[in-house]
Amino acid sequence: MTYFLGHLPELGSQTVTHLALVFTALAIALAVAFPLGTFAARRPRSAPAVFGTLGVVYAVPSLALLAILVQYIGLGFWPVIIVLAAYAQFILVRNIAAGLRTVPDAAIDAAKGLGMSPLQRFWRVEVPLATPVILGGIRLATVALIAIATLGGYVGAGGLGQHIFFGLQRQYIAETLAGSIPAALLAILADGVFRGLERLAVRRITG
Amino acid sequence: MRFDGVTVRYPQSSRNAVDDVTLEIAAGSFTVLLGPSGCGKSTLLRTINGLIAPIAGSVYVGGSDVRALDSTLLRRKIGYVIQAVGLFSHMTVAANIAVVPSLLQWDRERIRWRVDELLQLVRLDPQRYRARYPRELSGGEQQRVGVARAIAAEPSVLLMDEPFGAVDAIVRRSLQDETRRIVQALRTTVVFVTHDVDEALRLADTIVVMREGRVVQSASPLAVLTKPALPYVAELLDSHDVIRRLDLMRVREAMQPIAGPETEVIDADASLRESLNRFLTGPEHLAVVRDGQRLGSIGFEDVRRALRR
Repeated sequence: MTYFLGHLPELGSQTVTHLALVFTALAIALAVAFPLGTFAARRPRSAPAVFGTLGVVYAVPSLALLAILVQYIGLGFWPVIIVLAAYAQFILVRNIAAGLRTVPDAAIDAAKGLGMSPLQRFWRVEVPLATPVILGGIRLATVALIAIATLGGYVGAGGLGQHIFFGLQRQYIAETLAGSIPAALLAILADGVFRGLERLAVRRITG
Repeated sequence: MRFDGVTVRYPQSSRNAVDDVTLEIAAGSFTVLLGPSGCGKSTLLRTINGLIAPIAGSVYVGGSDVRALDSTLLRRKIGYVIQAVGLFSHMTVAANIAVVPSLLQWDRERIRWRVDELLQLVRLDPQRYRARYPRELSGGEQQRVGVARAIAAEPSVLLMDEPFGAVDAIVRRSLQDETRRIVQALRTTVVFVTHDVDEALRLADTIVVMREGRVVQSASPLAVLTKPALPYVAELLDSHDVIRRLDLMRVREAMQPIAGPETEVIDADASLRESLNRFLTGPEHLAVVRDGQRLGSIGFEDVRRALRR
């Protein structure tokens, strides 16, 4: 506790760095996952190939992937971002595709028949109606990324992992806990926030 | 509107869903495509707004080949109502109705004004319904909103694909009457798909009977009833009891107690079917008499109204 209180300002800035890692990666991951998920939803026959490939990425231990990336692009912020974004793909793409497939055929038929262009139909009808499922994916991905982002401590990207990493190295349990407890709390908090958003979105769509 | 040798075949199907249909639909008319499920009536309807492309032949709307038009722009000028309604559940009633006007970039004030006008037209109180979500409405109310959405930008053509198939009989009847009233006021050309013979007789100026992708008869309701082109048409109508009902109903039950200028007469106890035969071959109205006494007058409209009851 004394350790924790003594390092409060440092922990605060590390929390900010941690969240920056997670949300930068999430933003990049979403930008990639939207087209991929849409593709998988539109062409069901391609879906197994898409999910299979992403599943392989998902299955590679994130620490191993990080170690490999560091060999090529060095230490710091970016290898962690790439690992996080790659890891989030599987969850996001699967949920985006599943969400788009829940959109009722009647809504799509009506949107076409009323004269929406494919893009208008996508953003004004399909995405809003798929939002609850997509938000579920973002929630799972965020929680997972908050945990994995602790690896940033190993490669000089900062974040709460730094305390965990140094604490483990020095076998100083208080330091380890000072990193791991806030990380766990962050994950729980993010889970709660997204659950709330999901419920709002569901209520808006189905009542 | 005109179909010229239109043929549609779905992938992986061995026969044509629509087979060489040539048909003219008069501007401002109410045309009902009638037939059992799978006869190609919905498919034919969906070639009009380009949701389905024919493999042969052409569809002309307002003189232009649908294929040559930008289908997105075309569809904004053609109202579209489907059985499943397809309201957007994440939008309010007002936002649903405003879809096409917003696509056409009407200004906000004009849209708000138009939404209220349309809600009144379909007999939903704007104050109460504007801000509601589709899930808060009954099936009948949802389809009223569906109709309002379809006619929001005053399309010259309105396509309706079994629009009232999912609502109960009483609601269906009032929706039918109101649809008829609304489109008559707007002078919209309506193409309406149904398998319900009563509905077709109640609404149509022209009934187009279809079977296995082909048009087997295109004629007025009166002519379809009294001069079916094929035994198939007679069976289709008969199976729905209409002819039998016409046989059972008497002229005196349908007549108007007014004296018109008619010169030809029919007995008050004659069946409505008899009166239809007379209308087809002779005058548009008949004087109704009993024992030499004139009781009133009857026309085809009265027969229709009687069927509606």
